[in-house]
Amino acid sequence: MNDKSIQISNLSKRYRIGVKEELHDSLIGKITSLIISPFNNFRRVQKLSKFKGSSNGEDIIWALKDISIDIKPGEIVGIIGKNGAGKSTLLKILSRIVEPTGGSAIINGRVASLLEIGTGFHKELSGRENIYLNGTILGMTKNEINSRFDEIVKFSEIGKFIDTPVKRYSSGMYVRLAFAVAAHLEPEILIIDEVLAVGDAAFQKKCIGKISDTAQAGRTVLFVSHNMHTIQSICNRVILLEDGKVVKDGNTHKVVSSYLKPIQENTVDGESDLRNWPGSRKSPGKIRATYLRTLDKNGNTCSTFNIHDQITLELEIKNIGTNGFVVSFLINDNQGTLVYQIRSQDSPIDTEHISSSVTVQMTIPKLNIIEKQYTVDVWIGNHFDKMEDFIESAIAFDVINVGHSKLALRSVIHETGKWSIK
Amino acid sequence: MKSKSSSITHEVIIKPKTGWQLIDWREIKEYKDLIYFLILRDVKSLYKQTVLGFSWAILRPFLKMIVFSVIFGYIAKIPSDGIPYPLFSYAGLVAWEYFANSLKRSSGSLITGSGIFTKVYFPRLILPIVPCIASLVDFVIALSIVFIMMFIYGYAITWSILYIPILVLLMLATASGLGMWLSAMAIQYRDVPYGVEFLVQLLMYAAPVIFPVSWLPESLKLYLGIYPMYGVIEGFRSAILHQTPMPWDLIGVGAISAIIMLFSGAYYFKKKERIFADVA
Repeated sequence: MNDKSIQISNLSKRYRIGVKEELHDSLIGKITSLIISPFNNFRRVQKLSKFKGSSNGEDIIWALKDISIDIKPGEIVGIIGKNGAGKSTLLKILSRIVEPTGGSAIINGRVASLLEIGTGFHKELSGRENIYLNGTILGMTKNEINSRFDEIVKFSEIGKFIDTPVKRYSSGMYVRLAFAVAAHLEPEILIIDEVLAVGDAAFQKKCIGKISDTAQAGRTVLFVSHNMHTIQSICNRVILLEDGKVVKDGNTHKVVSSYLKPIQENTVDGESDLRNWPGSRKSPGKIRATYLRTLDKNGNTCSTFNIHDQITLELEIKNIGTNGFVVSFLINDNQGTLVYQIRSQDSPIDTEHISSSVTVQMTIPKLNIIEKQYTVDVWIGNHFDKMEDFIESAIAFDVINVGHSKLALRSVIHETGKWSIK
Repeated sequence: MKSKSSSITHEVIIKPKTGWQLIDWREIKEYKDLIYFLILRDVKSLYKQTVLGFSWAILRPFLKMIVFSVIFGYIAKIPSDGIPYPLFSYAGLVAWEYFANSLKRSSGSLITGSGIFTKVYFPRLILPIVPCIASLVDFVIALSIVFIMMFIYGYAITWSILYIPILVLLMLATASGLGMWLSAMAIQYRDVPYGVEFLVQLLMYAAPVIFPVSWLPESLKLYLGIYPMYGVIEGFRSAILHQTPMPWDLIGVGAISAIIMLFSGAYYFKKKERIFADVA
């Protein structure tokens, strides 16, 4: 019976996302809507929790659909996938924060979930008071906190500020204290959402080390991250989710590399062939992207750029109808943070009257982003702004740091600024 | 590794709920430390960075007492069962302030606590109960002034003050029960906090804070008792000022209705509990 730490069978979760409200232009329309809106609002709010009569309406999404996973005690499982793949929903169900719509999960052992650090911290209270408050919220007893109190304070490097209200802390101190409490949980099952990307680099390293220790102590760990490097260094099993389903499950190296494969296989040094794209793509319309290239300032394909280099994204599009199109490029870093969203609507060129196949170029004169790997999502819409083709991670490029001092920067954007002394 | 010992029985099954259990006492017991620290947080943080600190617990009912004494006692000449009006209204206000504060804080407890319960599991029923217990601290502080006023007006303290804990329990049950109802509604329908503002005002004038029960027709008395604050406030005055006999009939009716509020509140809360994180 107890050979499984977590046993998930056919787990599903349905959400209702808000439907767009009607807008009225005329005065009469506005007044009428003012009178009837309480009724509409009531139905809208009520529908957040009721699904009767519209099980497949357009405003309903299945965040998880029939997921089945078994996890043995002591396994350290990484969960990866795009934003919206259902990773956080899965963790929330296993943490008993939201209730599944269908299916079940059986959990053997004490669970601690870290979906965020510093949950329940009260700004007005001192560090000491917050350790007890946050600790009990995370599921520790008062005695457990008493016995680990000194370790927590030491780990947090807060020292003499322990009796100061946390609102006087710097953001770094706040994060360190919050993580220190979390790091001293000793449950049998630990559920962690992307919370390690906090603090400065040195503290991050310390945190990852602490998590590895936890894992080595024979605990079961479930770990969501966008950072493949962290996943590979901690986990011995990885599950890949896509659109609420388990796509791959197994050996860390295999799953991670298959996750990154669509980009690697179809991308040859700065060019992605999008015609038979094996990765994530939604194409409700007819307009299709066929090629995407990253070009350097000389117009040659290139996949490595220096921090302040110029980059040009070149996109080939076919099957454009008579109504033209609009394009957005979304540049994400390797932790899933959207760094740039660049839209053709904001440019002086008029793409809404082009009807033949075409090649679009968009140039960023200075990238100004720090050394990391970045991926580009391509979104093409028609002139009504309705989605025609959407490819996630259509191409990847690396930003390296040559000729600058080692940046030790925490911001993704690196702006040198124009400085002067008067 | 102390936690290992409790793990043997620690199996949790997560699935859509069908049946219901009103209150899982074993679980509440497991989270007693959390309840303790949440109450401590509420108490400690309430008057942080104020100059007067806990004096506010006294000042709020005291200032109201002065206003009421002038308007209702002196100008409107509302009777007060032969008790000096300031003492009469302050005794009522101490109980009322507890009830009003608990109700306001409890009904908003899920909204203010949404940052916690959308991130961590614990029995959600803790949230609306904690402010009702934390407000007792204010109540006890404000109560101390009653005894000073009694001394000034020449009233002796008798054994009947031992009835006070019963009345406190009745207020606590009423505030928690209503708090469970209102907090569970408020997390989905954000109109509720606005409504509660008004409701609290209304409930104050409905309760015998500024007037004695004897002022109302005798035939209505037991119906009014359905609102438990009738029994509480009238009982409260009787326990400390013993000008009127202990209104056991009002307290009895109030207790029945408080118990109904508490259990129906817990039932409604548990029924809605599963969607809290989805609508928060």
